[in-house]
Amino acid sequence: MMEISVTVNGTTYRREIEPRLLLIHFLRDDLRLTGSHWGCDTSNCGACVVWLDEIPVKSCTVLAAMADGHRVRTVEGLELKGAGEAGGGRLDPVQEGFAQCHGLQCGFCTPGMMMTARWLLDHDPDPSPEQIREAISGQICRCTGYENIVRAIQWASKHADGSDGSEAAQ
Amino acid sequence: MQVPAHVEYERATSVDHALGLLARYGPEARVLAGGHSLIPMMKLRLAQPETLVDINDLSELAGLGVTDGELRIGAMVRHAQLLDHAEAGELFAILHDAERVIADPIVRNWGTIGGSLCQADPSEDLSATFAALQATMIIRGLDGERSVAARDFHTGPYETVVRPGEILTEIRIALHPTIGPRTDPKTGPKTGGGPGSLRRGSAYQKVGRRVGDWPVGAAGAAVWLSDGTVAEVGIGLSAVGARHFSAAEAEDFLRGAPATAQAFEQAGQIAAEHCRPSSDQRGPADYKRHLARELTIRALDLALRRAQAAEPSGAERASGGPGGRPPGSNRTAR
Repeated sequence: MMEISVTVNGTTYRREIEPRLLLIHFLRDDLRLTGSHWGCDTSNCGACVVWLDEIPVKSCTVLAAMADGHRVRTVEGLELKGAGEAGGGRLDPVQEGFAQCHGLQCGFCTPGMMMTARWLLDHDPDPSPEQIREAISGQICRCTGYENIVRAIQWASKHADGSDGSEAAQ
Repeated sequence: MQVPAHVEYERATSVDHALGLLARYGPEARVLAGGHSLIPMMKLRLAQPETLVDINDLSELAGLGVTDGELRIGAMVRHAQLLDHAEAGELFAILHDAERVIADPIVRNWGTIGGSLCQADPSEDLSATFAALQATMIIRGLDGERSVAARDFHTGPYETVVRPGEILTEIRIALHPTIGPRTDPKTGPKTGGGPGSLRRGSAYQKVGRRVGDWPVGAAGAAVWLSDGTVAEVGIGLSAVGARHFSAAEAEDFLRGAPATAQAFEQAGQIAAEHCRPSSDQRGPADYKRHLARELTIRALDLALRRAQAAEPSGAERASGGPGGRPPGSNRTAR
């Protein structure tokens, strides 16, 4: 066993873990942050994508021990804290885009898709559909045919200020 | 549910510290870089190290740039960093060709150049790439540093010359080739021309079953042209059972020959004849041999076109700073 300290979505957690524990299981089982999904287990599907420091990674292929002393951001950390009307959170434009454009059906791939989308938009605020498809090409969706996911990310790129898009709903 | 077997974990703070840890824990210790080859192998229990020595903090292995006439790529450089490094792609387009078809963007964010090479999969794209570029691997142990030609790096499937207690630290690619025969002194270059007058071009061609998959077959080529003649050439092959991931006989045929479609076809034929592909779930041997021929021709052809469009390599830019940019910082350029 070893003790690790990982800052997830701004909160620092100390836990005793086995060195062989994978980051996805640390997040889901030890921290009960079940937003990130445990999918194929073979680094193919991308349902488990989280940020390690500032970089999207497949957390089924990273040891929790490797995150010791680092920051992790999961889908639970996308929400803009305290910005909503009732003092609660407000959805990130990416989340809002998935809602507006029907970017999910079963929702299994969604947390990973949204973490990659947020990273893409942080680095390129106005990506082309081709660039969006390239960015999510390591992530599998079996429902949408990807069309609505691409639209959702485009929607987010056009509403980067966090406006709810009601005036621009298409 | 795939979970690795019990393992101990140590995080190195320097290369020397890592070497000390490897010495202390012995031959059942493994270096953990990005982990995108090793961790899947551990989950399948195909690898069962007793101790992992994590080298992710070793920024001294993350350098990327031109120094002393060589492009130097630190072993901890992530695939995405190499793909985003404009100077590396300008010097050797084959590097970006290959990186663009390795796995997917998220895997490339964390997987490393050194890790891919040390995994030594017989279908590894970078092994053929660095064979084509006639790169040199720098390996460090407690007794010091040694260098090994990329073509001598692999000793078999999943085996390299890196011994227990050693670490691959860097890959170096000479900007100016050493002109001359590699395997047969009789087929030396027929025309001269110093390094300053050469035009350089390189390319990588891969056929896979799916985007991001391992190749069914792949070929890389690097050519240095002198007035329409092939002054020097490197051909790398992956997944087709080529010795040293290269096509030495085809290179010997091309050195000093005119850079023509006929010569490239002949070189492709020679490359195909000398590889020994095996039939497996990715395809039958005769198809892979066909790919070896066809992709060698295509890689040579694209490398030639790039060389013709290039400035003579005597006008090298001086240097690109160390470190490169963080992954994805230049994604629009992909």
